Amino acid sequence: MSMLEIKNLRAEIEGQEILKGLNLSIGPGEVHAIMGPNGSGKSTLAHVLTGREGYEVTGGEVLFQGRNVLEMEPEERAALGMFLAFQYPVEIPGVTMTTFLKEAVNSIRKARGEKEIDALQFTKELRERCKLLNISQDMLRRSVNTGFSGGEKKRAEVLQMAALEPKLAILDETDSGLDIDALKTVSDGVNRLRSPERSMLVITHYQRLLNYIVPDRVHVMVRGQIVKSGDKNLALQLEEQGYAEFAEEAAA
Amino acid sequence: MASESALEPFTEQYEALTGAGTLPGDALPWLKRLREEGIQRFGELGIPTPKVEVWKYTNLRALERTAFQPAAGGTATPSLDTVPSLIGEQAGHRIVFVNGRLHADLSRLDRLPDGARLTSFAKALDEDPGLLSDHVGRIAEGHDDQAMYHLNSALMQDGLVLHVRGGVKVEEPIEVVSVAAADGEPLSWHPRHLIVLDPDSEATLVENHVSLGGGATFANAVTEITVGAGARLHHYKLQDEATTAFHIHTLHGRVGENAFYDGFGLTVGGKLTRNDLHLRLEGSFSDARLNGAYLQRGKQHCDNTTLIEHCVPDTTCREVYKGALEGKGRAVFQGKLHVHPDAQRTDGHQLSQALLLSEEAEIDAKPELEIYADDVKCSHGSTAGELEKTALFYLRSRGIPYPVARRIMVESFLGGVVEEITTESLRTAFMERITNWLSQASD
Ligand SMILES: Nc1ncnc2c1ncn2[C@@H]1O[C@H](COP(=O)(O)OP(=O)(O)OP(=O)(O)O)[C@@H](O)[C@H]1O
Ligand SMILES: [Mg+2]
Repeated sequence: MSMLEIKNLRAEIEGQEILKGLNLSIGPGEVHAIMGPNGSGKSTLAHVLTGREGYEVTGGEVLFQGRNVLEMEPEERAALGMFLAFQYPVEIPGVTMTTFLKEAVNSIRKARGEKEIDALQFTKELRERCKLLNISQDMLRRSVNTGFSGGEKKRAEVLQMAALEPKLAILDETDSGLDIDALKTVSDGVNRLRSPERSMLVITHYQRLLNYIVPDRVHVMVRGQIVKSGDKNLALQLEEQGYAEFAEEAAA
Repeated sequence: MASESALEPFTEQYEALTGAGTLPGDALPWLKRLREEGIQRFGELGIPTPKVEVWKYTNLRALERTAFQPAAGGTATPSLDTVPSLIGEQAGHRIVFVNGRLHADLSRLDRLPDGARLTSFAKALDEDPGLLSDHVGRIAEGHDDQAMYHLNSALMQDGLVLHVRGGVKVEEPIEVVSVAAADGEPLSWHPRHLIVLDPDSEATLVENHVSLGGGATFANAVTEITVGAGARLHHYKLQDEATTAFHIHTLHGRVGENAFYDGFGLTVGGKLTRNDLHLRLEGSFSDARLNGAYLQRGKQHCDNTTLIEHCVPDTTCREVYKGALEGKGRAVFQGKLHVHPDAQRTDGHQLSQALLLSEEAEIDAKPELEIYADDVKCSHGSTAGELEKTALFYLRSRGIPYPVARRIMVESFLGGVVEEITTESLRTAFMERITNWLSQASD
């Protein structure tokens, strides 16, 4: 069974159609990359998949491990194992990273009928994860994303992903704003989470990232549709040629 | 102009109580005069209606319609087992008032340092009438138009008196528990509080207003405060009365040279709460922080009306009021910064922010600057809006269900003002009250 199956998905925002019949299938343990010009609908896809309000799905379906998730609340999808690393993470003053993550993990456990985590053990694990991601442990005591630099925010997203152990992680431009060293650490962090049970959808503008996080499939998204799919070499081809050719395909 | 029927219960009370000679301090001419002036002015002004500018958004009709009886003294001491303390059962000092009257058996006053006196208004009239005649009615002078203040002056019987002598620092917080207790008929009382901090002294006073019993109550309090040169007063308040309680509080404070008034009030309870707060920054380099937070639901109504006067050069104030409203909860914020002609280099900032969690919730915010000096730095602002959608989605995308996400966001929003409370344990106590309120089912 697929991890994620998107069939002919159409969605609009404020009456404007953004996703125009999109098809995509991700198997368990696979990493897929989506590349595409600004405004082509990549973040929209990520939001529609994770249940952000404000979008109207006008056609198609989304099956996550065989279950139709389109009618579910965002928290229900999270409990099933979906995760989105935001392109623009949100600041929550006064709520520490540790408190926030405990709340999140326990909410998910509760929804699954599991018992609460051991707080001490959880904090210990968080600290270790920080080390691996080259994140200062101070960050755990700071308010979520508040006053974090752009790069810190992106690393914090990967830390959250590690703590929540999702089955499907969608990373929306997690590489943008990272310096070269950070890109390497974050990619290592992501790679460590790769497993036969976990799939990933990586949205990026830069082929460089895909040297570190080597994808099983690469898709080109233009004007709300996947117009071309291939292996990692497609990303190299895009780097050379740009999107012009694919844009024509989409228009045709 | 005042309708006779509305005034009657209170003027009758006054006549009955003076006739029976039961109002304390009958033999003190200054107090007698204050009472007489009070009842006369109240009679002229009447209970405020929305036609009075500063009462435009708060309607006392429901209060007028309730037949309040004066709360009697000598009532049995209630159990406070259900009343959580803000400072903890062991720490600090505590003074307890039930329906406006001191209950010494519930109080804990034995650990106050030398030079700090904490007693009741009625006792202080016997023990230290000079302190009262020097300050009571004097600090508030010049506010002839405040009907509820005058009603209090006419009918006041008891209250809190705190006097800290020069240089004395009261290290531990003082908790003032005010219990509104009514089981049957509606009861009213008019507590009068006096806080005098002599030069270079310091104290932390935290008011805890609660209800016992389900009857209607009306507390019409007045607090007069003087913060002497170089002194520091941390003055915090929790209004957690039942939704059958009317609560009107008029405060007049004077802040001396280099002195600091640090105020914070959280309103979660009450049917109708009105805080009328007036500070005069009278000494140069005096500083005021006047913060507040409110959470109201159902048909609760909370009004914070403040006036900060900058009377001399080089004074500063920071004022931030934040709240969240659900159901038909209503809030009013009227804040005025008044800069007198001589008050050059005034630095005054004021902000009101409200979160509307339901369609029917309503905030009326009116920040105002009145500036007569030319070299000042002043600002004011007000915002009202819903919960930020992106943030809400962010939390929910992490698996946090909507009601919890909402609680976390409101806590985060209000946390900024609670953060400014000087004592850490009190910050925690106030945050707990906020969390409790948010964890209760919404209507
Ligand atoms: N609230 C909105 N109202 C109208 N149009 C919107 C709204 N939000 C997004 N859009 C439009 O939807 C389109 C797709 O936006 P989206 O953010 O999905 O693009 P993207 O592929 O992620 O772009 P980028 O590479 O710049 O991140 C854009 O044209 C954008 O202007
Ligand atoms: Mg995007």
